Order: sequence, then structure tokens, then C-alpha cells
Amino acid sequence: MTATDDLPCQELVELVNDFLEGLLDLETRSRFERHLDGCPPCAAYVEQMRQTIAITGRVDATTLSPRARLRLLETFRDWASTGDATLSRVDGQE
Amino acid sequence: MVDGIRTGDERAFVLLLERHQGAMLRLARFYVASEATAEDVVQETWIAILGGINGFDGRSSLKTWMYRILTNRAKSIGVRERKSLPDGALVALEVDRSERAVPADRFLDLLDSSWPGHWRQPPLEWERKSGGRNGASIAQVVLEAIDALSPVQKVVITLRDIECWSAAEVCNVLELSETNQRVLLHRARSKVRQHLETNFRDAREE
Repeated sequence: MTATDDLPCQELVELVNDFLEGLLDLETRSRFERHLDGCPPCAAYVEQMRQTIAITGRVDATTLSPRARLRLLETFRDWASTGDATLSRVDGQE
Repeated sequence: MVDGIRTGDERAFVLLLERHQGAMLRLARFYVASEATAEDVVQETWIAILGGINGFDGRSSLKTWMYRILTNRAKSIGVRERKSLPDGALVALEVDRSERAVPADRFLDLLDSSWPGHWRQPPLEWERKSGGRNGASIAQVVLEAIDALSPVQKVVITLRDIECWSAAEVCNVLELSETNQRVLLHRARSKVRQHLETNFRDAREE
């Protein structure tokens, strides 16, 4: 009986996120690591998940439209000079 | 930074604004029906933040305080817009435990005598430097993948992996249990990986 039989690949992939976040208990983690040692496809999968997370981390965040950004700056300026932030308030809309 | 804002320093405001715009927009968008409304929510949120900042006593973190304001605003506008499902129900639908992060057809049957539960075909090799189909950048491919996710998976992966929030922060703001957050993140990341794999495969075949 090999290490991979103990934890089939199909089960391992469900645990990958917990593994990468360090959330597996000690026993499960050893089974997981033993499996990876003997299973190139799963090792490749885990590596791809690592890369996916890294690539996602490098994506630029969403930004405000120029119009929205300008509106916010105006709000700030109004507030800074008058103490009132509601001068450019968005009206209730349906 | 809070002090800078209190004294009317515009640069301090812009810094804080830019730091949080991604998370604020994505979070607002989870509750409301359009990008435009999400921007309105962010506008309203900042009005309330500025209105309250002099009285902010630092008992909660600035971030917790700011995002509580945002989610309150977003939820009330979302309710006004009469979105089809309240967010709690959306989450409940999502976290159906029987769904797997990787489709079962990628694996040999568990009753297979020789290799139960093993990969039918290993994950396709992918070269890190390759782009996607039609010369798309990797970032675009990832954004495409995220865009195709369900609303709650989209907001969780954005906050965790793009905005680098901790699991605790995400659970707190979205009112998710730790377990549900893990499941949602896992599925979202798995789908993004799948999308990347498909793209690299298609790019190679060009």
C-alpha cells in the first residue's frame, strides 16, 4: 500500500487550500506531504495553486472612475474648508 | 494618516482613498446591482467617514470602522434596489458541501481497481512566462477568471488575494464563518487555476 492510496489525489485536491494556509492538523499534513513526495501530478497541482495565488496577488486592484475620484476630492475639500462633507451628497435615487 | 486627514491634508486623504478603493469598490459591488451604484456607495461611505473622523476614538481599528460604515451603506442601498436575494441567502446557496473544487471527471473512479481517485490526466504543465490566448497578459486572464466567479467567491478572493486581507478580516466584514470562508476561497482559487491552465493550453496550441 503506497502513500498515495491512503489519500487519493481526488481527496488531496480538496485539502490544498488548507495545506497552503497552514490549517491542516499535523497528522493530515504528514499524509498530505507523503502523498506529494510520491505523486508528481499532485505536486504539480499544488505548485500551480501556489503560482495562481502569487499571480493573483500581482493583479492591479480596481480603481475609482476619474469622475468618482474627482467627486471624492471635492467632497474632501468641502469638508476640509467648511466642516461639512455632505455638500456634494448623492441624492436618494430609485 | 487620520491626523493628516483631520488637518485637511489632501495628500493624506488621497493616500487613504487609493489604498482602500479596490476593496471598497469590490465590497460595495457585492451588495448592489452595478459598478455605478458601487461608486455611489463609496462616495456615501467617505462622506460618513469624514463626518465621523473627528469623533473616531480608535477603540476599533480604523479599517473595521470604515468598512462597517461601507457595508451598512451598501446593504441599505442593496435592499432599496431590491436585489433578488439577501446576502446571507447567497452565501448559504454557495457553500454546498457536495460541490468539489476540482471536477470529479479529472480523476479515475474511486472504485477503479488500479488507481482509485488518481488523476486521469495530470495537470497540464504550464510555463510561467507564457501569456494567455491572443497575447493576453496573465493579469487579464486572472481578471477574466475572477469575473466569472459567483459574487461571493469573487469578493472573497479579491479581498484575500488582491487586497491581502486576512481571513479574520474577511470573515468579520462579510459575516462569514471561518469554515465557509475557507471553502469559498478554495473554490475560487481552484477555478482561477483551472482558467489559467486552459489558457496556457490554448496559447500553446496557437
